[in-house]
Amino acid sequence: MSNVLIIAEAFKGQVRRASLHALGAGQQLAKRTGGALHVVLLGKGIGEAGKSLSTFGATVHVADAEALAAPLAEAHAPVVVELARAIGATWLGAAATAYGKDLTPRAAALLDAAMATEVIAFTGEGAAVLFRRPMWAGNVLADVELTTAVKAFTIRPTEFAAAAAGAAGEVKAAAVNVPTLKSRYVSFTEVKSERPELTEARVVVAGGRGTKGDFKPLEALADALSGAMGASRAAVDAGWAPNDWQVGQTGKVVAPDLYVAAGISGAIQHVAGMKGSKVIVAINKDPEAPIFQIADYGLVGDLFKILPELVAKVKANH
Amino acid sequence: MALKIMVTVKRVEDPESKIRVKPDGSGIVTDGVNYKMNPFDEIGVEEGLRLKEAHGGEVLVVSIGGEKSATEIRAALAMGADRGVLVRHDGPLDPVVVSNILAKVYELEKPDLVLLGKQSIDDDQNQAGQYLAARLGLPQGTFASKTESLESEAEQKKVPGLKLSSDGKRLVVVREIDGGVETIDLSLPAVVTVDLRLNKPRFASLPGIMKAKKKELKELQAAALGADLTPRVVVKLLASPPARKGGLKVADVEELWKKLHEEAKVV
Ligand SMILES: Cc1cc2nc3c(=O)[nH]c(=O)nc-3n(C[C@H](O)[C@H](O)[C@H](O)COP(=O)(O)OP(=O)(O)OC[C@H]3O[C@@H](n4cnc5c(N)ncnc54)[C@H](O)[C@@H]3O)c2cc1C
Ligand SMILES: Nc1ncnc2c1ncn2[C@@H]1O[C@H](COP(=O)(O)O)[C@@H](O)[C@H]1O
Repeated sequence: MSNVLIIAEAFKGQVRRASLHALGAGQQLAKRTGGALHVVLLGKGIGEAGKSLSTFGATVHVADAEALAAPLAEAHAPVVVELARAIGATWLGAAATAYGKDLTPRAAALLDAAMATEVIAFTGEGAAVLFRRPMWAGNVLADVELTTAVKAFTIRPTEFAAAAAGAAGEVKAAAVNVPTLKSRYVSFTEVKSERPELTEARVVVAGGRGTKGDFKPLEALADALSGAMGASRAAVDAGWAPNDWQVGQTGKVVAPDLYVAAGISGAIQHVAGMKGSKVIVAINKDPEAPIFQIADYGLVGDLFKILPELVAKVKANH
Repeated sequence: MALKIMVTVKRVEDPESKIRVKPDGSGIVTDGVNYKMNPFDEIGVEEGLRLKEAHGGEVLVVSIGGEKSATEIRAALAMGADRGVLVRHDGPLDPVVVSNILAKVYELEKPDLVLLGKQSIDDDQNQAGQYLAARLGLPQGTFASKTESLESEAEQKKVPGLKLSSDGKRLVVVREIDGGVETIDLSLPAVVTVDLRLNKPRFASLPGIMKAKKKELKELQAAALGADLTPRVVVKLLASPPARKGGLKVADVEELWKKLHEEAKVV
């Protein structure tokens, strides 16, 4: 039996949106291979979150225990592995979030599974599934075969639709056997923001080195459009923007309806994280900046002059 | 508390090079492409050196690959690492094979800490460290970062981002994850993978480059280590991603607004 096990993720007692996209990928895979779909949620005090997963036609396994309160891969991996074996999972997937990328390869190794990271589509024929994934910062798309009995993957949430409602699934308690840990959780400092989550926002306004550290004109536009903030690596490295604003090969991958890049040159490593956006606007004073090649609408000029004008325009029309 | 630190370095295409797919999809065009140390691994080497400078010890550099990977080991030795091990393997490498081999080197060397890059910028897999930690039953601290800016005073002074406990038995790792910053603490030996924001790697000095030529660089054959070298991740076909149609320029904010509002209807 080739069953599918998706690892979902709880954050502050709720299932993350990204996990629903992973579950969507799981539905595709289950349909294609004829296996049953299972989902596991690990943490503490996640009973309600677990129940919220019961409407996607998957059996829900809830591993709710003090030992799993912190999202430590060392603690979570053995629980996932025991469950994967118990239900005969041959496919193990998660969303390519920080949690998914930390945990999935550790669990995969314990299952002797090979893995594909940031998968954007399942290709190949019938049960011979190939994993399409970007390589070389998105310069290349590869179709990859995993030759192990169990195959693991993380999916890029922007490339798979969220799970469709399905039959009611049974909610079960998963066995929780956690060995003595060598890692210890110390603390988590939440970066609080009034703005929407970067990876879910409909509008993203991103700034780079061209802002010279002044993000205020960008924030004014983001707020006028109820958007999220993004940044290039140069801006993050300089300490002008928090790290979790970084978009690109090493940062977040986003695909909003509108992406505004201001004072960003358009290096391939940045573009890797935003080229899936529906509409891209580039504002840059250098007419030769590579960002213009991929922008739907480019405006050459000084962002400090252009952005306030654009904000005024938005406000006048709302 | 002296630390024995093993840092892995991979030879990859220079991120500045233009990567193109061969017409038959069997690989990438390597003509005119430069090679260098994986940028994440440069950060790993730098962090290893800072830990050694703060606490004493040894930095051992390991690379797996063809003969040319010696260049990347020499580059790390020139930055200040103490000695190198090149594991010769000309066959295909994937994170499963890499972690199998690294596990064997770990058994030979028994370091206190293994530092790997968060990901290779060629395969972008982000797996080898997690696989290695699982195989060795070690704790893992992935995507190690620091919250200070790379322009900060601590960074100028080359303070390590990874903090060793006073008894030298544990290591505190700060990780930037979705929604915030997490701090975890690992008992050594441990595996840590480093993110780009952990430090700014130093450049090799001329004396450093001269000294590197005399440092020990041992060669091992992967096949002789007894590791399973069967590839498990097989790339069947490469393709260029669909090109994005762009390039339209607008004259002013007025026109931009019209396009966004009336044509694209996104605002
Ligand atoms: C392994 C690796 C991974 C990387 N990962 C990422 C990643 O995830 N994300 C990322 O962003 N980068 C990443 N990078 C870095 C990337 O290669 C670029 O260095 C970076 O994106 C450049 O940032 P920037 O566009 O802000 O700065 P620059 O390239 O310096 O561009 C600044 C731009 O601002 C314009 N400008 C200046 N003043 C103004 C003004 N007043 N008004 C309008 N325009 C102005 C300039 O014309 C210029 O085009 C990575 C690099 C490597 C090697
Ligand atoms: N051939 C190799 N030689 C040495 N280190 C490697 C090799 N391949 C991967 N690594 C290490 O593993 C990290 C993660 O690689 P990957 O899982 O392939 O993205 C890299 O940053 C390197 O530190």
